[in-house]
Amino acid sequence: MTDKKISTIDLVNKNLKKRYRAEKRFQAYGILSICFGLMCLVFLFTDIISKGTRGFFYHYLPIEIHLDAEILGITDTNDINQILAADYSTLVKKRVYEIFEAKKRKEKKNARKLIAIDATGYRIQALLKTNAAALLGTTITVNALVDDKVDFYLKRLGEKGDPGTEYFNEAQLLLIGQLLEREEGGITKSLNKTFFTSGDSAQSEEAGILSAFMGSLYLLLVTFCLSFPIGIATAVYLEEYAPKNKWTDLIEININNLAAVPSIIFGLLGLAVFLAFFGFPRSTPLVGGFVLTLMTLPTIIISSRAAIKAVPPSIREAAYGIGASKMQVTIHHVIPLAMPGMLTGTIIGLAQALGESAPLLMIGMAAFIPDIPTSVTDPSTVLPMQIFQWFRNADAGFSEKASAAILVLIIFLVMMNALAVWARSRLERRW
Amino acid sequence: MSLSALFVLIMLGATVIYVLGRSRSLVLANNLGGIRHLHSLPLYYGAQAALWCLIPCLSLLALWVAFDDSIIRQIAIQYLPEDKQNLSSQELALLLNTIENIAGGVTSLQASPEMQAIADRVVGLRQLSSTILSAIVLSSLVLLGALGWSKVKPEYRARNSVEKTFMIFLLACSTLAIFTTVGIVFSVLFESIRFFDIIPLTDFLLGTQWSPQTAIRADQVGSSGAFGAIPLFTGTMLISFIAMVIAVPTGLMTAIYLSEYANNKIRAIVKPMLEVLAGIPTVVYGFFAALTVAPMIKDALHGLELSILSFSIGPLDVSGESALAAGLVMGVMIIPFVSSLSDDVINAVPQSLRDGSYGLGSTQSETVKKVILPAALPGIVGAILLAVSRAIGETMIVVMAVGTAARLTANPLESVTTVTVQMTTLLIGDHEFDSAKTLAAFALGLVLFVITLGLNFFALRIVKKYREQYD
Repeated sequence: MTDKKISTIDLVNKNLKKRYRAEKRFQAYGILSICFGLMCLVFLFTDIISKGTRGFFYHYLPIEIHLDAEILGITDTNDINQILAADYSTLVKKRVYEIFEAKKRKEKKNARKLIAIDATGYRIQALLKTNAAALLGTTITVNALVDDKVDFYLKRLGEKGDPGTEYFNEAQLLLIGQLLEREEGGITKSLNKTFFTSGDSAQSEEAGILSAFMGSLYLLLVTFCLSFPIGIATAVYLEEYAPKNKWTDLIEININNLAAVPSIIFGLLGLAVFLAFFGFPRSTPLVGGFVLTLMTLPTIIISSRAAIKAVPPSIREAAYGIGASKMQVTIHHVIPLAMPGMLTGTIIGLAQALGESAPLLMIGMAAFIPDIPTSVTDPSTVLPMQIFQWFRNADAGFSEKASAAILVLIIFLVMMNALAVWARSRLERRW
Repeated sequence: MSLSALFVLIMLGATVIYVLGRSRSLVLANNLGGIRHLHSLPLYYGAQAALWCLIPCLSLLALWVAFDDSIIRQIAIQYLPEDKQNLSSQELALLLNTIENIAGGVTSLQASPEMQAIADRVVGLRQLSSTILSAIVLSSLVLLGALGWSKVKPEYRARNSVEKTFMIFLLACSTLAIFTTVGIVFSVLFESIRFFDIIPLTDFLLGTQWSPQTAIRADQVGSSGAFGAIPLFTGTMLISFIAMVIAVPTGLMTAIYLSEYANNKIRAIVKPMLEVLAGIPTVVYGFFAALTVAPMIKDALHGLELSILSFSIGPLDVSGESALAAGLVMGVMIIPFVSSLSDDVINAVPQSLRDGSYGLGSTQSETVKKVILPAALPGIVGAILLAVSRAIGETMIVVMAVGTAARLTANPLESVTTVTVQMTTLLIGDHEFDSAKTLAAFALGLVLFVITLGLNFFALRIVKKYREQYD
């Protein structure tokens, strides 16, 4: 009987090394997956931040320009229509030709390609609008915007890879080189204020996010005003009042299912019900708010219910004990005590609504909106939709704006989530 | 009077009536010898009186706003000359829009005198409607307020009636979830039925040719367009599969490591950081997939191609809108979803099972593989099903990173299209509700809704059933 010599402990010991190796391997897989997730996060954020910050800046060429009333065609400085309709392009063009010493047609064409003539004209117009009488006829220094392709090129100069030389011919590259070598009055890079103070534009150097930002704020306002009361009322009903019957079960099943319905389906609902049936105006924060309310309600209801559940029954019983009615118990005790949790859930739901895009696509919020909306029934776009719009634009300058808008959106979201975390840690009571 | 002004007035009026009702109850109580002679607290009498006028006035306002536009449109149609009343609904809508624009003061339009006349009458009707509304609402505010105020009597059970109203409000709010589901089902179903009248169901579900754009021109060959949705389904499945290949192993191993190996400190840092991935808007992922990941994949594969692959399988054709980029990014987005759901089910496995396994001498990984995972399997399957349904319904990533050409392929490097992408391309821009093209989007929506609903239903049932086992 040679088999008997191999005892169990020997068998175990024989395999032990192998088993420990398997153990190590298994742990390594776990660490690897976590590292993969975290690396993705880091990669995503470095990509977003590096691309986004680039979009906040722009290259300007300070030029001295004589505001010649004759070229502009302004005879009366008090007439606002004349100032609005004046010919700023010719003025700027003339000065640009002088700067680049362009005389022949071809040289002029090259020079025009380097400076954003219209956008610079708008700047002068804006100056004149405030104080035409004093400025007209004087020589002022204006930060002329370079063309968006030049800006693209300059930002990528010195990085690895081609900075986009294919956009320019040799003469233009030579001119850019001259501009860069200038000691004084050369190209400067500074914060693009237009990006934060204006709406969308067909020209990327003029485009800003203010209209989308305001649209997002209005959208959030509508969503909050509807989803917060309705969500809390539903949660209170289900936790405090609902009898255990088929109807209550039906409500609960519906809420759970709605939480997992793809957001684009809510867009179809909005399109068919709010736009086609009720005839609400397209592309407005009002309709967007309705749709997003329906979408965020499950989130708010589920977290509000958790918050109400966390209020200890002893508090309710004490209130009943001194003669409070059911509604008094709910309003005086349960809701105030559950409020921090409900607020946290609402903020998280709103953050979700802020970043949501698919349902808004369906109700026409992916639109070109240059004006800044002033009410919830004005056509407007929202930050994610603005990003999408700029992303779809083939112009290189817009892709950069999209990255910058992403950064703004992310900062907005981080602030909202930070608020939620703060509310949870500071206001929530543990029992 | 503008709507918002009317609304503010109603609110102000209700507040005034609240104060009046409350003070009347106090006066009555004083006459009787103190507040204890009242049935309810004074504030309930005030609230009761205010509710008496608030609810009817607000409902009237809402109904009026909802219907006055369509009524005015109907009247405007009556004003049109005979020959124009019999136009098709679309042309009529166009005509009404023109009238609307003239009435709204868009001066650039060349308005014919009769159109101008109709527009003037529409403006007149609007003003009349607004005046009547203000008059009715304000007079009913006063009348009902007075009625509510007169109802304040010491023996009146004000608290009970206020609480009943409150209850009805709560119930109404909670039924909104049901109405939403019903709304979704009906809006998707009706349009889909109209679509299947034009295109047979079998052609839609079994056809392999998808080219809805050809439906625009009537004189074109194949003018009815091709609505075979198989390429969309395979495209969706391909991308979801790639996403799952990334998300399931990573998410599951993360959950196992965090719940079985990691100490509290690591858990507290890693978990919220991974959750951040779930909080990033999908439009950002789409941007990332299209402009960062897709070019990276293209470059990487071109490098590979030059070195090895060209010898074995010939040149690779990597599309700039490959399914791979979208799938990878979607997978990363879903990782926290899988990991937090599996984390919950793994934590729900009772400690006694682990202890039993350790007692028999198994290592930690053996315990996980042979005891915990089998015990948590139903829950994990449920979590995966939920993740799949999320991947199928994901829109922005695929819209931004995947093309619109419907190709029947399983090659992840080619460009495919998905159900959600087609829905958005069919519905962006202006659309009429009559063309097969628009209705096709609703049919796709129906398919998407049914599939995700089915997946969620099963997943939730599995998770619930499993939870009950150990609780």
